[in-house]
Amino acid sequence: MNKQLLLGAEAIALGALDAGISGVYAYPGTPSTEITEYIQKNSAALEQPVRSAWSANEKTAYEAALGMSYAGKRSLVCMKHVGLNVAADAFINSAITGVNGGLVVAVADDPSMHSSQNEQDSRVYGKFAMLPVLEPSSQQDLYTATREAFDLSESVKLPVLLRLTTRLAHSRAGVEPTSARIQNPLNALYAPERFVLIPQNARRQYNVLLGMQEELEKLSEQSWLNRLITGTGSIGVIAFGIAFNYTMEVRQAFSLDFQVLQIGQYPLPRKQVESLFKKCETILVAEEGYPVYEELLRGYFGADNINGRMDGSLPRAGELNADIIAKGLGLKPKAVMPVPDIVVNRPPALCKGCGHRDLYDALTTVMSSFAEHHVFSDIGCYTLGALEPFNAIHTCVDMGASITMAKGAADAGLRPAVAVIGDSTFTHSGMTGLLDAINDRSPLTVIIADNDTTAMTGGQQSSATGSRLQDICRGLGVEEEHLRTIVPLKSHLEENMTVLREEISYEGVSVVIAQRECIETAARKKRNKTAST
Amino acid sequence: MHINIILAGVGGQGILTIAAVIGRAALQSNLIIRQTEVHGMSQRGGAVQSHLRISNRAIYSDLIAEGTAHMILSVEPHEALRYLPFLALESRIITSIDPFINVENYPEIEDILAELCRTNHPVLVNAAELAREAGNARTSNMVMLGAAAPYIGIATEQLESAIEDLFQVKGSDIVDMNIRAFRKGQELSQTQATEP
Repeated sequence: MNKQLLLGAEAIALGALDAGISGVYAYPGTPSTEITEYIQKNSAALEQPVRSAWSANEKTAYEAALGMSYAGKRSLVCMKHVGLNVAADAFINSAITGVNGGLVVAVADDPSMHSSQNEQDSRVYGKFAMLPVLEPSSQQDLYTATREAFDLSESVKLPVLLRLTTRLAHSRAGVEPTSARIQNPLNALYAPERFVLIPQNARRQYNVLLGMQEELEKLSEQSWLNRLITGTGSIGVIAFGIAFNYTMEVRQAFSLDFQVLQIGQYPLPRKQVESLFKKCETILVAEEGYPVYEELLRGYFGADNINGRMDGSLPRAGELNADIIAKGLGLKPKAVMPVPDIVVNRPPALCKGCGHRDLYDALTTVMSSFAEHHVFSDIGCYTLGALEPFNAIHTCVDMGASITMAKGAADAGLRPAVAVIGDSTFTHSGMTGLLDAINDRSPLTVIIADNDTTAMTGGQQSSATGSRLQDICRGLGVEEEHLRTIVPLKSHLEENMTVLREEISYEGVSVVIAQRECIETAARKKRNKTAST
Repeated sequence: MHINIILAGVGGQGILTIAAVIGRAALQSNLIIRQTEVHGMSQRGGAVQSHLRISNRAIYSDLIAEGTAHMILSVEPHEALRYLPFLALESRIITSIDPFINVENYPEIEDILAELCRTNHPVLVNAAELAREAGNARTSNMVMLGAAAPYIGIATEQLESAIEDLFQVKGSDIVDMNIRAFRKGQELSQTQATEP
């Protein structure tokens, strides 16, 4: 078969398709979005078909994937690292129920926070749930490991967590696929003793999971993803995931011959680690993410023959690279030219002509007449309203938190309490918070910035927009006269300010939907239309 | 053959199209490739870069180490300077001289050009002008690819055939225009290289 130039994310998608998945479930989130997008556009997947539309959030995605597995078919569920927080309840408990058809959870972490609010390490979740975790280091290995992860999942009857980080997700390399496997037949499982997690079943199932741990470790010891690169010298490196690439790059560039233990499958293969420690005086532990295993290897009292993120040999935060590994090994860096002083930052910004700009122009003017002018906001393109020249929002914590934080602040007595949330974030995690506010009659104004798409991640289909958002708000109990719609355009500025002023002064729950299509999406639609005519 | 290229620009300027052309040509030449991209929040009018590595032997790291890039290929002059620490001391910058100004404190273009001229034999390209001559200012990324072509180590025919593959869905007029732009860049680069 021909080599294809694929992003790491796309290699997972192709690996899953060739493993015979019947569905992928996901909510968009950088750097995981391209996994699902690849499947949505793949012609073979369209033919099969492989179910691939976006889910409302990561929890609904995860549960649907578990349901597909229950029915005997293979399913893939994808998310970014913080998405696993949303899906965590389902994730942890699916380790207790176990699976029927293969279930693989692909989670893309974002060390250095290129597009995220933290750099949490999903391997911790893997340990927490006591599930096998795979962390391949190249695009080709991602393809192969994803394929095999479904077999592994079916053989141990557990979900398998596939962890990758931004660099691998968003880097292309040639990938050579193998022939595709057909999908599993429908084979739903009557196994209430596993899937009804009342205490008596849960206790037994938890013991089953505990009993599996030895077997999982044995599988790690045998896995091709864990291997020793033999060498000489008293220094050894344990290189986890993509850290292997940087370690090998340094070994090649400096013509060195130190031993490297590559780790790409967990639980940690204890014997291999032990054997490296016996052969080496000093070990550098290189992990892309938290020092999860460094901490474990050091133990509570530390170990003076271990270098890593915890003793400053490697930086405590941020993604790794070859330069950082070289420094960690005490190698002398190359002489380089500095960045000239005249170079300035070019931060991301709201597009010219974006409706969010006009919304913030109106909102900021209205808010400036109040002594307290806090605006609680959320995650999406509109978060860029936090930056100059807008400085329009004052919080962005997690998906949906705008509404609930504004509610809590309103409960504390803050007036006015205003939330700004996008259409996709509202359907992801905003609706339930709005219901809380309505039930409590909290004085709160929710502005839904409806641009008809999930814009920040590249314009994916949003779960509900336009009139469906109005229907949702009505259904939740927003009063008709306080459910308003505006069009964020410069020419509507006065009118929009009037609506905002009226609703912000209302001592109850009001919703203002600011409706205008994302200009990027509109332009793309236009281009596609011209291309097809 | 082993080459590390830093591609630089501003989100939306088309550096990923340059990367796609080189990547496709390299794959057809049976070479090994690694190429990073920037997706997500930083794309929105922000500084974007792509690390492109091509070799006939194993490549481990997706990222280029500092001081080891053989070329900075930039579609914007200010952005070319941002990645100077990656450039090997003996290597060169190939950049468009058309500024993309979307920040208030954008430096004076004369200062940028002076900094560029302090580097090792930079190739400075009036990309927008050449692109307009080729038929459309939007082909300036292909002008820049052409300007870099003599230094990439992949045959011109392979690069041109990759341009053809990539643009053929948009029709033969678009293909021809992009090939014209590519050749204009290449021509300019060759002229600059022969100048004393």
